[in-house]
Amino acid sequence: MEVKITVNGRPLKREISPDLMLIDFLRNNGYTSVKRGCETSNCGLCTVHLNGIPVLSCSTLALRADGHNVTTLEGMQEKAKEIGGFIADEGAEQCGYCSPGFIMNIIAMENEWKSENKTSASEHEILSYLSGNLCRCTGYMGHLRALKKYFASQGIEITPKLEYTDDYTGKVK
Amino acid sequence: MANYIEEPKVDISKFKAVNNSFRKKDALALTSGKPVYTDDIASKDALIVKLLHSPHAHALIEDIDVSRALMVPGIECALTYKDVPDKRFTIACQAYPEPSNYDRLILDRRVRFVGDPVAIVAGEDEKAVDKALKLIKVKYEVLDAVLDFRKSKDNEILVHPEDGIKTNPFFPEQIKRNIVFYGETEYGDVNEEFSNCDYVLERTYHTVQNNQTPMEPFTTFANLDPYGRITIVSSTQTPFHVRRIIANALDIPKSQVRVVKPRIGGGFGAKQSSVSEMYPAIVTLKTGKPSKIFYSRTECFSVGSPRHEMEMTVKIGSTKDGKIRAMELHTLSNTGAYNEHGSTTVGLTATKSLSLYGRIPAQKFSFDVVYTNKVPSGAYRGFGATQGVFAIESIIDELASEMKFDPVKLRELNLLTPGEAVFMYENKPVNTCNLDKCIAKAKDLIGWDSKYPRKDMGNAKVRSVGLAMAMQGSGIANIDVAGVEIRLSDHGFYHMNVGAADIGTGSDTILSQIACESLGCTMDDIVVSGVDTDVSPYDAGAYASSTTYITGMAVVKTCEKITDQILTQSARMLGVSKDILEFDGKKIFTIKGADSEYKELSLFDLAAQTGSGSVDMISASESHFSEYSPPPFMVGAVEIEIDKTTGKVDIIDYVGVLDCGTPINPNLVRIQAEGGIAQGIGMALWEDVQFNAKGKLLNDSFMSYKIPSRLDIRNVRIYLEPTYEPTGPFGAKSVGELVINTPCPALANAIANATGVRLRELPMTSEKIMMALLCTQ
Repeated sequence: MEVKITVNGRPLKREISPDLMLIDFLRNNGYTSVKRGCETSNCGLCTVHLNGIPVLSCSTLALRADGHNVTTLEGMQEKAKEIGGFIADEGAEQCGYCSPGFIMNIIAMENEWKSENKTSASEHEILSYLSGNLCRCTGYMGHLRALKKYFASQGIEITPKLEYTDDYTGKVK
Repeated sequence: MANYIEEPKVDISKFKAVNNSFRKKDALALTSGKPVYTDDIASKDALIVKLLHSPHAHALIEDIDVSRALMVPGIECALTYKDVPDKRFTIACQAYPEPSNYDRLILDRRVRFVGDPVAIVAGEDEKAVDKALKLIKVKYEVLDAVLDFRKSKDNEILVHPEDGIKTNPFFPEQIKRNIVFYGETEYGDVNEEFSNCDYVLERTYHTVQNNQTPMEPFTTFANLDPYGRITIVSSTQTPFHVRRIIANALDIPKSQVRVVKPRIGGGFGAKQSSVSEMYPAIVTLKTGKPSKIFYSRTECFSVGSPRHEMEMTVKIGSTKDGKIRAMELHTLSNTGAYNEHGSTTVGLTATKSLSLYGRIPAQKFSFDVVYTNKVPSGAYRGFGATQGVFAIESIIDELASEMKFDPVKLRELNLLTPGEAVFMYENKPVNTCNLDKCIAKAKDLIGWDSKYPRKDMGNAKVRSVGLAMAMQGSGIANIDVAGVEIRLSDHGFYHMNVGAADIGTGSDTILSQIACESLGCTMDDIVVSGVDTDVSPYDAGAYASSTTYITGMAVVKTCEKITDQILTQSARMLGVSKDILEFDGKKIFTIKGADSEYKELSLFDLAAQTGSGSVDMISASESHFSEYSPPPFMVGAVEIEIDKTTGKVDIIDYVGVLDCGTPINPNLVRIQAEGGIAQGIGMALWEDVQFNAKGKLLNDSFMSYKIPSRLDIRNVRIYLEPTYEPTGPFGAKSVGELVINTPCPALANAIANATGVRLRELPMTSEKIMMALLCTQ
């Protein structure tokens, strides 16, 4: 069957099988930032936006996106660079395989917060929103440091505030 | 034999490139989702390869019929045991000759665990392949299986009854007893020492087959190059070993295989076995077409290469003043259906645990590694040390509790010290060790003195603290070799080609920092590339915590040669003697006080001349090898809160204090440490591995195998107490594996301090804590 899916602003008309998953549609069309890490909707690696809302593309039929807008990290390169810079400054991308899905979900969270004119949020809100994005390399602490700094740069204060500690003495700077 | 070298006094704050937290060179490519991983760069026309897995733990294939599968449109081939070379090999990625048995075929008539591949199907698309897999008819003669590793030795059921398995080291005859490796070693007289002890304790600990779960599943793409050679692009930690293994598996010359490592989505040891490469390799060899395999997460669990399950029995004795006199460890290790890393992991249960107490009068270690009809195990970060440290650091607390002695003081009284030979550590002295400082810092940071052993919070909640020490190696002494090549380009920057595999840790960046420090240049002046086995110099690979220490020294040595050549060629250009020249990274100049007039030459001008022929090209290659593997050390201290009505454990605070030598990149050291601790916490508390009665793995997805999420890991703090290792690059030791070792015993000790319940089997789930609590009430 034929579908028309707009990916990153570009309309794609494609003949697909009705059981094709959105992740396969996207990867087959060259959007390889969308990663696969499981078959049970647990890992968050395949997160994309469907009409601005984060979805797991591994468990969304491509058909569901017919006539709708899909955004992948390829369509958010500026944001990826900005958020990625904060993550990189902590060395917290490590293998990087979970980064695209993770950053797509961060962007979704930020968009929600900004639409609510939020100026502060708790650490727990971040962790809850992003808990479906698994990472096996970093132990998550570096992500949290990066996000506290990133949101501070966006005018959203995360509480409790980040304590900048010295690696050698443990003293708060 | 390496001799003791006293720690030099070096101010590491003077370094310009090392001891600095540079961003990883590939960071922004990764975070912006560029196509850099195997499946992103595999050609679009690659055949899809999938495997048919055995439903039985042990069976013989009586008949297998693929004729209907081949009738599915788009199917290119369906291979069975009849189609593969009848020559056994190992998929353990280790330096040749591999200390693992050559006990595998690509496909075998005998299947030895639930999941053992039975057929390989390749076709144009996934749907066709899935359909074809269902149409393969297999008739099995189902055999009894050995599932309990405690009953495997001398069982009448043999996992490998076949003859002619090549073994290293030795003992081929033991395979007919289901034994892979066994042995014992002792110094002093443990029995004599035990008889002089006031307290003697014996306990048994059990760890399970944890899965590494790198986020990128096993992925391999195979193609033929213009010369008809097999080119493998694969998610591997060990490109050079994969080259050998694929040649062995396909029974073709090694010159006919090329392995390319792109960016890798994590490994943690999983990809130190050549799990997925052979399947597309044989498909491409047979069909002449490109092909790829991408494991499902279920396959990563059920046919991956998890941690070795081990049972460790420890006996320990002390006098009442806290002097430990003797320790004895017996380890039984389950290698599963094939022996990958079985013979080598077992030793680390002793060498990296008993050595923490390396100066006590007597120690003994004995071991058996056995085959079973379960998932074959492999390498997982820590590599046996994790299991051994869990047992040893648990029993230290158990002994202290029995003696009514402070468990930290018991450690302090018996710690190894620099300069003293450590028998279990190849009888070599340790150059650098800050364990005493690490203990003091960890105690201080966790607030030990005010929190030990427990505090009742009311409301059925109890808080407590627990502590454990750990060590690891830095590379494999006398085995690991790494090569590095550096060329000065005609524009004055350097091209550095490494065989070391950056699997996400940032080793390309770390090695560049070492080169920058050596050559006095900037990070942008170093272009780093690797790995392509046709082009890169040999490197053992990313395992055994070796890259920073071993490859890092190869970088230092190569840079020394480059500097020497720069001076030689500059002397030619300037018409002066080389002896009076100095190089500061940017220019070459005559030293002050030289008889001749001052002359200088910029590196750029020198480099430009290498492109026009008036001076020789500047390029050098060096390799490094070490007779000594300096151990990094660590202390982990945890504060937990247990809900006594549910058994739920919350981590209030986890402090890791490390002596990893000079941190080449402190950010990356911290991330390694935080990540390792998180994995260790998962192993300690949640990551369960259960099999049904027929040997089928039950925890084969993220639904049933719970790895930590960001809601579980919120309070991990890392601090460094660095020594300066004289044999390492700018004082560095290793960090990658060490960091997974403390959570299991630290948490077991904290749980015991909170509840009085001692758990000796992992994972220490809420259910187990609750059941144990109910038994004590």
